[in-house]
Formats: sequence, C-alpha cells, structure tokens
Amino acid sequence: MTKRDLKVKIDELSSAVGTFKGLQIEVGRIYDETWEETMGPTPFPSVGTFRDWDRKLLDRYKPFYMPFCDLCCLCTFGKCDLTGDKRGACGLTMAGQQSRIVLLACCIGASTHCAHARHMLDHLIEEFGRDAPIEVAINTNVEAPHIRLVCGIRPTTLRDLEDALDYVETQLVQLVATAHTGQEGDNIDFESKAFHAGMLDHVAMEVADIEQIATLGMPKGIAETPMTEIGFGSIDTSKAVIMCIGHNVLPSVDIIDYMMENDLFGEIEIGGLCCTAHDNSRYDKRAKVIGPISWQLRFLRSGIPDLIVVDEQCLRTDILIEAEKLGVPVIATSEKSMLGLPDRTHDNPDTIVSDLVEGRTPGALIIEPRKVGEVAVKTVLQVAPKKKDYKVLDYDEISSLAEKCRNCMECVHACPNNLPIMEAVQAAAKGDFEPLGEIYPLCVGCGRCESACPEDFPLITFFNKGAEKRILDEKFSMRVGRGAVTDVEIREVGRGIVFGEIPGVVALVGCANYPAGGGDVARIAEEFLNRRFIVVATGCAAMDMAMTCDKEGLNIYEKYPGNFDAGGLLNIGSCVSNAHITGAAVKIANIFAKRPLRGNYEEIADYIYNRVGAVGVAWGAMSQKAASIASGCWRLGIPVVVGPHGSKYRRNLLGRKENEEDWMVYDARTGNRVYTGPAPEHLFYAAETTEEAIVMIAKLAMRPNDTTKGRAVKLSHYIDLHKKYYGSMPNDLHYYVRRKADLPFTMREEIMEELEKVGWEEDKIAIPDPTLLERMVRRRE
Amino acid sequence: MMAARERLGQTAEIAGPKKAFIIPKPEVAASMIKRSNNPLLVVGSKAAELETGDGDAIDFAIRVSNTGKMSVVATGHLVAEFRKRGAEGIYSMQMMNLGDRLRDPDWMGFDCKGGYDLVAFIGSIYYMGWLVLSGLKNFAPELRTISLERSYQPNASWSLGSMQKKDWKEVLDVIVKSLEEGE
Repeated sequence: MTKRDLKVKIDELSSAVGTFKGLQIEVGRIYDETWEETMGPTPFPSVGTFRDWDRKLLDRYKPFYMPFCDLCCLCTFGKCDLTGDKRGACGLTMAGQQSRIVLLACCIGASTHCAHARHMLDHLIEEFGRDAPIEVAINTNVEAPHIRLVCGIRPTTLRDLEDALDYVETQLVQLVATAHTGQEGDNIDFESKAFHAGMLDHVAMEVADIEQIATLGMPKGIAETPMTEIGFGSIDTSKAVIMCIGHNVLPSVDIIDYMMENDLFGEIEIGGLCCTAHDNSRYDKRAKVIGPISWQLRFLRSGIPDLIVVDEQCLRTDILIEAEKLGVPVIATSEKSMLGLPDRTHDNPDTIVSDLVEGRTPGALIIEPRKVGEVAVKTVLQVAPKKKDYKVLDYDEISSLAEKCRNCMECVHACPNNLPIMEAVQAAAKGDFEPLGEIYPLCVGCGRCESACPEDFPLITFFNKGAEKRILDEKFSMRVGRGAVTDVEIREVGRGIVFGEIPGVVALVGCANYPAGGGDVARIAEEFLNRRFIVVATGCAAMDMAMTCDKEGLNIYEKYPGNFDAGGLLNIGSCVSNAHITGAAVKIANIFAKRPLRGNYEEIADYIYNRVGAVGVAWGAMSQKAASIASGCWRLGIPVVVGPHGSKYRRNLLGRKENEEDWMVYDARTGNRVYTGPAPEHLFYAAETTEEAIVMIAKLAMRPNDTTKGRAVKLSHYIDLHKKYYGSMPNDLHYYVRRKADLPFTMREEIMEELEKVGWEEDKIAIPDPTLLERMVRRRE
Repeated sequence: MMAARERLGQTAEIAGPKKAFIIPKPEVAASMIKRSNNPLLVVGSKAAELETGDGDAIDFAIRVSNTGKMSVVATGHLVAEFRKRGAEGIYSMQMMNLGDRLRDPDWMGFDCKGGYDLVAFIGSIYYMGWLVLSGLKNFAPELRTISLERSYQPNASWSLGSMQKKDWKEVLDVIVKSLEEGE
C-alpha cells in the first residue's frame, strides 16, 4: 500500500450550484493499493496492541529489578524514598519506578534513531525528491521487513518512509506521556511499553539506513565489501586531518564530496569515530575509521586532528574544551548538539573559514551539510600548518607531573572498571611507563579519572604515552558495512537456521563500555565463527573485533568470509543497520517459512521466538539506544546478552528453567499444551565474565523447533564450551535433551551418565510445532 | 573514621536512604554466620585477583567451605578454578540467576533443603555486586546480606568498612578462624 497526495485542479467548473473558476481540491493522501499481500491483523499497532504477547513473554521472563537508585526525583512531591515496599507520593512502587526508567531509556533511544532518520529524510527528500526510489539490497524483494511487518506498508519511495516515521513519532509521544507522574502504575505494563518503544526503534533504524543506502550509494547487501583501514596508524598524519564524530553521515558526505570535486584526497585525510565512521566508509572506502566511541579523548589527545566535525549522538559534550586544548576549531552540524556555538549557517563560507582559522571563534554551528563540506575542507587546509606547534607531553613531563600524585585513589574509584591507575601513575613517576601502557587497552576512555584527579592530571594522555610505541603505527583491516542480508541469502540458509543445523546467529552489536577491553568481542566472535555460527556485527563492536590479530597478523575480517552463511562474519554497518539483523530474522519467517508479513507482528515474533536461534550480544552496551535496540529484540523473541556493565540497565528478564509450567506451548498441529523445556532460558541477561557469556550464548541459541539433528549440533557446542570454561559437564542437560536422538554422537555415553543421575525421561520434552498463540492452532485433538 | 570506612568502591555508587551497617569487628560477621540457619557464601569472578592471607579469595572460600558452616557458590565461570584447586562441594551459578533465586522466598536452595537466611559476598565486580545487593535489599527484605568485600557495599544489610589490603587480610583470617573454631 502506498499513500499518494490527491490534487485536482479545475480551471472552470459549471454546475447547478454555480460556476467556479480556478478551483483546486486537495485531499491529503489517498491509498494506492498495488501490494497483493492481504493486510494482517495489526497494521500501525498502538501502545496496547501487543500487550497480551508481551505478557506471554514477561510471564516466562520475569524482571529481576536491581534499582540503580532508591529514590524518585521526577516531580516536586519528591524526592520519594521507594526502598523495599514503600510507595512514592504518586503511589508508584520500586518495581514500577525501575520499569518506568527502563521505558524512558528505550524512548530516548528510539527517539534518537527516529530523529536521526527524520533529519536525514527531510534532507534527502530535498535533494533527491519524494519520489526517489528505494533499492536496499541486491536480489531482494523484501526491502523493509520491519516497515512491512509493523506498519503494513511496502515502501517504494522516500515519500513512503515518511509514513513510517510519522507513525513512530506519534507512538513515541504516547509512550513518553505514560511516564508522567500519575499515569501508568503497573510495572509489567511499563515493560510492555518499553517493548513497544523497542519495536518502534527497529522501524526507525530501518528507515534511517535504507534511505541512506538508497540515495548515497552505500553497499547494497554485498557480501565482500571493500576493506577499509581502522586504527591510529590508518591516518596519514602528513595530511591535514578532519575528525568526524557521531552518527549522522550527511555532513561527512558533503566533506567527502567537496574533497572529491576539488581533488583533495592527496592533501586531506578524513577519519571518523563511532558510527559516522562506519557510514563514511560505506560512502567512500578512502574515509578512515579511527575507532569506536571510546577513542574520542584518546584520539584528540594524540594531537593528530586538525579540525573536528561533530554531528549527533554519543559525542563528548565537552568536545569544545578538548578542542581548545588542541588548538583546533569545532564545526557542529546538528540542532541536537549545538554546543553553544554561534549559528553561521547563513554566513558566507569564506568569512566563517577566516574566523575559524584566526581563532576568532572556537567553532561554528552550520546546519547546511553542503556548506559544512566547503567550510571544513577550506578550514582544515589552513589550520593544519598553523597547528604544527602542538606538542604532546613527553616522558619527562609526565614523570614530573606524576611525582605530584597525592595517592588519594580518586582516579581508581572514579574508573568504571577500577583500573589500577594510581599505581601506574606512581610507576611513571619512577620512569616506568609500561603500567600506563597496560591501562590503555582496558580503558573505556570516559575520562572520569581526570575529572576526579585533584591534580588535574591528563590521565588519558598518560595512557596514550604509555602505549604510543605500539599504537601509533597500528592499523587493521575492517570490511566495510554491507547493509541488509539479501533475500537470496535468506533462502539459502533459512532451513539450516530454523531446523538448527546452523547452530545459531550471533549478533555482536553496540557500544564500547567493556569490562576488560575490546579484545573480548573478537574472542567471542571467533569462538562462534570456528563453530560455524553466523556472526553479524554493527557499530563499535564491529570495529573493536577488527583490532585483534592472530600470530600470522590476521584479524577475523581477514580470516572469515562476509556472506550470511555458516562461519560467515558480516559487518552490517552502523547502529541504524541493526534493523537489518532483526530484519533478517523477520525475513526467515517470511521468505523461508512463507509466513505473511504484512501487519502480522505477533505471528512473526512467535515464529522467530520458537524457531530462529538468534542471540544478540552487546558486550559493551552503554547507551539508551542500546537499550531500545535490545528491547526491539525482546519483543521479537530474540534473547540479548550484555556485559557486566549492562546490569546497570536496572533489570534482567530471566527465565526459571526449573519451573516446568513456565515452558508450556501449544502444539499447532494438535492444540495440545506441551512442555518444551527452557529454550531460550533468558530474554535479557547480564554476564559477569566473557567465558560465562560464551557458554550462555551457545545455550540461548536452542529453540523448541530444533530437529533432533539440530539440537544435537547445538548441544554439542553448549557442552563443549561448558567443559572448556567451567571445567565440567553442564548440570542442566535434562532440560534440553528431548530424546536419545538429540544426543551428539561423540558425547552420547557421558551425557547419558549425567541424565541418568537426575532421572531423565525420554520424550518428557516435546518436539511440537510450537506456538505461544492459541489462534495459530490448526486443529484440535 | 566512620566516613572513611564508608568510602565507596566507586565514587558515584551512592545508595538510597537505607545503607549497610558497618560490621564493627570481624567476630561480629563470624557470629552472624554461625547464628544463621542456612548461610551461603557467594564468590564472585574477581576472587582470584584478591590477595588474602590464604593466597587469594578463592583459597579463603575453600577454607570457609571446609568448615562446613556455610555453603559456597561460585559465580561467573569461577567454579572451574575451584575444581582446579581440588575443592569439592562448591556450587556454581551465574550472578544474575543467583540474585533472581535469592529474592524468591520459595527457592529451596542448592541442596533443595530450604532457602538461605544469610548470604555473604566476596570477590564480586563492585558495581555488579552493588546492583544485585540493591535488588535483594529492595525485593528480598527478609534476607540478611553481608559484604565481605574490601570496599564498603552500601546495599548490603551489613558490610565491612573500606580498609587497607593488610587489614582486610587480617579481618578475613579472623572470620574464617572463628568459623573453624565452631561455637
């Protein structure tokens, strides 16, 4: 269905009523029905449409709340103490307050992607017109699975994407309103609303990515995209260096265009941090990826950038202060992040350049991307030669500063990972810089240590110095983000995934707030690649996994192919590309299983939950966007594992495997209620260690629909990993072995020994045509 | 003095109005454990990094387990290390799964003989222990929790105060000796 504007213009109309001249009638939008698929039951669902579905999930996966704060301070009745069974002045409980904060976090995350999508869409419509066609991926008919699924529309032009965003925006307003004092009071209803925000987020992300793929020439689902470079060493410091930070590619695109039009790639290097870097490299592989979000301060302190361009999301809000230390100007390009800078959007570009180069202003706000392109390029060419005097602290200066350390431990207590910063500083005072260098790969780059230090030590600079011998020339290859998984790929692997013969799809996504450095992401990825899982990646995780090499100097992008098949490693792209990962699960239900997609959310989610062994992993999840992305996975029945910092999202959604009654489903063939075991056991789970996460990921890939062969494959990985990391057989195999045919051949005897100890009964666990939806039962016995 | 002992392991992890009482001396902690009906020691994934008089916090936990006075559970994948050291009877459960069960008054414990009335923590990642203790403070009001960490944990019912490594080693030693001595 496509909506169209109806405009009727009549020069002269004579009727019984009279004669009208210059008559013009406009009827907003009318529907142009060309899509043959019948409309499903839930197009454009409202806040409460999927309440029953959400409650089915939340009955199994009850929230375990871990309040981050015992108070509510959102209205002037407060502060209210909600500890234990106390209620606030509005009557809200602690559980209600925690779920309310979860909802708000998801709304912020979804709004951020939606606002990003809207900003780009307005601009791209202006540039390419509303009728610009959408082509998202090669060999692909299902161009926008989330928009089809949720909205019930099939977008063909940029205009159609406006309808999807109009819907998301409207719903987000409804959701935020429910968090007002004296509205929702039930924590499970808050949780359901958080799921709704997550579902909306995946629509918004899909809009954002397909509009940029369609109009900016980014890769369209190509498996072997070009390799780009990542790391400090990827930047040619003999050139003037523009550092672009954020998520919205539009200003960077115009910088690249201006460089191309003026043949300046030989004089200027453009490098990016965070998702803008991904999207820059998708636009032009000559754009370098400096690193993830956590590298903002460390790259600034390297002294390398000659100009900073910020767009939106995940920026350091003190970027102006940092830029001033470095002696370089900042160009802000979004109304969402204006940084107090003067609006120069309508000024003459040469005047702006002159002011920036001469330091008459620390920066400029320029909302028009084309002007950003011209101003940035002209500015950096003049700033770079002037900035040559900038000097990074040398070893003697650091030693001298370090001697003033007060031994107060403030740095250690401020560090999210309690890294031994003070000890490293004290070693530096004695001329030993190695401990500072050891902090570097573990540091999340937040700078809280500096803020806490009573001596104002520039500790991030210290860490850089400690590691500089090995990092400055360090560069790695990273496959450029490919965008969506194609329909052809889905057709080829759908069967293997649904029957469990491909043991699972592991999505490594999200931010860089790691407990022990980004190397863990590469380790998790490789563990599953070696086991023939499909591994997909986006955002900072996709970058961090590039920065670990084996003995031959190869990283995982160089060792594993980029196609969506067993043992494939796919860099899907930036944050907004996450929609393609969940979209692939949706497409499996639609393309492989032929389930109708259009406005048919519950059935598709039920299919994915029971059949598609996908697991999301956000090892360094930090932001509200990560919360809403995860929430969109939960509603689709996809479990998500986060690192220990993810426990700060205030609650996990945990199953209780021993409660048999929690794991009953309908057998769609008979209508009988049958027990299928706890698969998947959890919906949202924070792991304490990487090893724990790896074992849990393998376990969460099991689904009730697994064939015996598929279950045997999945069990073999779960058992093998458990033995590897826990040093023993798992003690819960009786929940997952349904019949002897499920047993991996080589482990048969040792598993049976374990099962006999706990009185396992064959066929107690059913292998039905599983569904949580009674309406999906085809006939009753 | 009290303020220093209440110094948090991470600066911003301030609790709400209800904060842990500081355990005034190690004998008090030992006494609470001995008087409880079914105590449990939770050993977090950082235990191997924490130096104690016995070696590290895993060795401390093995010694506690050997007293027979309390059950011991290792979180994360730490049980593998216990096994390497030949310890027997150590339970294994992930921190989130454990927190979720501890807040459930109907959970019958690892041996299915009844729930725990006192749970002590050592070796947890500071903020993760903070959060799980917050969950228990708010949703398991009948459960007494004790933090044996070197940094004050405000969400426990009772917590050791923050202290120097040397002092902490001594405190742990007094506790385990007291458990070994019995009544």
